[in-house]
Amino acid sequence: MEHILGLVALASGLIIGLGAIGACIGIGIMGSKYLEASARQPELMNELQTKMFLLAGLIDAAFLIGVGIAMMFAFANPFVLK
Amino acid sequence: MATENVANAAALGAAQGPTQGEYIVHHLTHLNSTGEAQKSIVDFSVLNLDSFIFSTALGILAVLLLAYVAQRATAGVPGRLQSAIEVLVEMVADQAKGIIHDAKSRLFVAPLALTVFVWIFFLNAMDLLPLDLFPKIWSTYYEASGHDPHHAFLRIVPSADLNITLALALGVLIVCLYYNIKIKGIGGWVHELFAAPFGSHPVLAPINFLMQMIEFAAKTISHGMRLFGNMYAGELVFMLIALMGASWAGMHSLSGGLLFAGHVIAGSIWAIFHILIITLQAFIFMMLTLVYVGQAHESH
Repeated sequence: MEHILGLVALASGLIIGLGAIGACIGIGIMGSKYLEASARQPELMNELQTKMFLLAGLIDAAFLIGVGIAMMFAFANPFVLK
Repeated sequence: MATENVANAAALGAAQGPTQGEYIVHHLTHLNSTGEAQKSIVDFSVLNLDSFIFSTALGILAVLLLAYVAQRATAGVPGRLQSAIEVLVEMVADQAKGIIHDAKSRLFVAPLALTVFVWIFFLNAMDLLPLDLFPKIWSTYYEASGHDPHHAFLRIVPSADLNITLALALGVLIVCLYYNIKIKGIGGWVHELFAAPFGSHPVLAPINFLMQMIEFAAKTISHGMRLFGNMYAGELVFMLIALMGASWAGMHSLSGGLLFAGHVIAGSIWAIFHILIITLQAFIFMMLTLVYVGQAHESH
């Protein structure tokens, strides 16, 4: 029982942590490219901003799904029968 | 809003004394047709009444709001509500124009995209209501009518229910299949299923077909899961913040005061951030609907 709880806690941490690494790198690369692009062509800024937010949502989604699953493991643990 | 959460969560904790885990599990259980928590992961005989009722009611509310504005629309100086709706409709029409080049399809697809956007925005916006408001009302009513309040389950965010989001994604898939057949003809579409993306050599046909099937499945599942994941995680974070307030036992200790301040600050920040998330996710769902239907128009 304690064994399972410990492993699930570790798993939740890994799900959130590894997901966060990926999402942060993705957002970072996209943000830097957006800033670069709008410095080169400021007239495209508004158009690019819409697309950047769209992509930010897409990048965030996989991470947030992971957070949701990890939270479910932590609070409504399906591996321990009640 | 935040203080109401505190009061409700504290009242719930004082009256029934659920542990933190029980509180979360209770809030994650749907009011369904069996009256208790769903046992297996997939069970098609269970109907989640709360998602069904709230999504239908919000759909009707959205239709009434848009109809009200449309009827009172004036060519003169528009009011604030009319201007907001005009901006919204123009935004969707512009996006549709950029993605779907067939003007005849756009007559159907652009209103579809507007429907999807407005409806999902309303479904998501239920997340911003106080977490315990509706469940508390429901459990009070349930208790008053002579039932056990521990079994008064209610979840008010329909888009945090996987059934609703996957149903929306399946609806989009059906529209995509319809346009695939309508634009390319049944023969053309079947040819494309076996000839794209690698080429029309007979040896490649099974690989092409497999790739196409994987593409359809991945598109539809990720479409539904993305909205669900965002809303579910958001709802859970609201619950965790509510738990922080529920642990508040009074202002007499330092940790109590910190928990109260933490609840108010964290709740406000997350709610403000969530305004962005709910709009963004509704927008993304709409954009992907347009993109997928647009892909159905392209022939290889």
